[in-house]
Amino acid sequence: MTISITGLTKSFDATQVLRGIDLKVEDGELLALLGPSGSGKTTLLRIIAGLEWPDAGQLVVAGQDWLALPAQKRRIGFVFQHYALFPHMTVRDNIAFGLTVRPRSERPAPAQIDATVDNLLNLLQIPHLADRFPGQLSGGQRQRVALGRALAIQPAVLLLDEPFGALDAAIRRDLRRWLREVHEKTGSTTIFVTHDQEEAFELADRVVVMGDGQISQIGTADEIHDHPASAFVAQFMGASITLPVTLRGGRAEAPGLDARELMTCAEADGPGQLHLRPDSIALESDPASPWVLTRKDSNGTDLRLVLTGPDDSQIDVDLPRRGAPALVVGGHFRLRPLWGAMFSDAGPVAPAAPIRLSA
Amino acid sequence: MPALVQKTPMPGLRLSAGITLTMLSIVVLLPIGALLLKGASFGPGNVWEVVNRERVWTALLLSFRLSVFAALFNLVFGVLLAWVLVRYDFPGRRLVDAAVDLPFALPTAVAGIALTTLYAPNGAFGQLAAQIGWKIAYTQWGILLALIFVGLPFVTRTVQPVIEEIDREVEEASATLGASRPHTLRHVILPMLTPAALTGFALALARAVGEYGSVIFIAGNIPLKTEIAPLLIVIQLEEFNYDAAAAIGIAMLLISFAMLLAINIIQIVSRRKMGHV
Repeated sequence: MTISITGLTKSFDATQVLRGIDLKVEDGELLALLGPSGSGKTTLLRIIAGLEWPDAGQLVVAGQDWLALPAQKRRIGFVFQHYALFPHMTVRDNIAFGLTVRPRSERPAPAQIDATVDNLLNLLQIPHLADRFPGQLSGGQRQRVALGRALAIQPAVLLLDEPFGALDAAIRRDLRRWLREVHEKTGSTTIFVTHDQEEAFELADRVVVMGDGQISQIGTADEIHDHPASAFVAQFMGASITLPVTLRGGRAEAPGLDARELMTCAEADGPGQLHLRPDSIALESDPASPWVLTRKDSNGTDLRLVLTGPDDSQIDVDLPRRGAPALVVGGHFRLRPLWGAMFSDAGPVAPAAPIRLSA
Repeated sequence: MPALVQKTPMPGLRLSAGITLTMLSIVVLLPIGALLLKGASFGPGNVWEVVNRERVWTALLLSFRLSVFAALFNLVFGVLLAWVLVRYDFPGRRLVDAAVDLPFALPTAVAGIALTTLYAPNGAFGQLAAQIGWKIAYTQWGILLALIFVGLPFVTRTVQPVIEEIDREVEEASATLGASRPHTLRHVILPMLTPAALTGFALALARAVGEYGSVIFIAGNIPLKTEIAPLLIVIQLEEFNYDAAAAIGIAMLLISFAMLLAINIIQIVSRRKMGHV
């Protein structure tokens, strides 16, 4: 089912949570809504589900106006962050709920419901848990049951709110791969909300980056990684370092900075900002550089370095410990970023020039 | 080795168990034991003879029947009240919330006199009821009213925290799966409230069975019509007929015990169904 959203706005009391959302989701697509908490991503998901209503805007799914339909009629599968399983029902009854609740005329025969649930239990790899109660399950198992319950009604759209947020890292990785497989088998249009960029990029066909109630950028993992659309997106991608630079011909220049490895950008010449990630900066000894290594710690695999530069500004640099050059505290180093995003204070050059890879 | 393994964080299991058991004995078991002992010295045959009289049977039946009705009413109304107090915000909510406890705090005689004044044929509500030919005070309706009044807080106060803890997402999950509001209420919410509601029901029932102070004012105390079992005990005491008083007491004790046991068994079964052991 294609989902088409136009001009969606929503306020809670005085706070505007969504400020005009336009979004098209293709049939069968796996889409991630990525953003920090408070960016409005969960509200957007809940509006699609019918658990929240927008102040203005349109929501059309497969040609049908969904804002005229209550949640019960939308045939969506919603997986809640904390699973929201029915505590007094067994796993089997939880999964069957969406089928047994239907009016008699639409309800499948009991044998058919059993068969559907058995199929799902196998797909979820939890057939041995069928008669347990949610209170007797681990977090990962509950997550699978919650997904099974949502899939049982063969939803037109599958929506997941921070599906792996409450799980530990190892289980999360497992479930992620497994969700991808489930999506490929069922082929239903799927939207999930996350604040974890790694999760979003690994799992989704396209990622929608949201900030402050607006969509900041839509694209594939590669597109967003290579060309963050704004300083906000760059920072959300982990670029915690901001350096003041001068832009000339799409390249960043600053004392002690060697930006050869960066792609040129289509930004106007003049003063601007360069956004860098601590883990993608190489260091080269250079007595003429203003950057001085002032602190050096190790966590076993990585060196955590602090460099102090012009105006006592400090930046963090993380280098793998193995193969790191001999770094002496007090030495002067040139920064050679391997990834970065730059934005001119004057904005992009108009019309937008094609972006070339550096030689 | 096993002696070194501490199974509970509570220090001194023997000491704490000793203290609680002693307290329980002094407060609960001793008086009940004394009652049973009194009955034993009177002789089972004699106890049966006292109880097996029309006036006593009628009073016992009246007491337990009206107590069950009052507890059932409080079960429904108490859950409703708890729901409204938790889920809706309205001016004066805190005041109503605080007022729920008043039946606990008010001396029962005061409650009885107040209810009688209001519902007597010349009272404010009694007059209105009399116009449609409905007599409340000095009938079984009056007794029921008093029993509902004293038992009201139990269900509300046991169910309230459970409703507060129900995750809104559980209701939303039910809605997204296609369940209507009534279906969600019937198949999702109410089953979650059942164990707590049963506890409240048992407490309200126990309280109603033992209630004396408020009922005697509004009941009119007409033998074979509005005479409750606890009053019969007091009447025997006033005639210094301690053996007969104990006999009726034992009858009430046994019936109450059987009812509470039944409720507890239902409760254990319903908790099992929720996966708790």
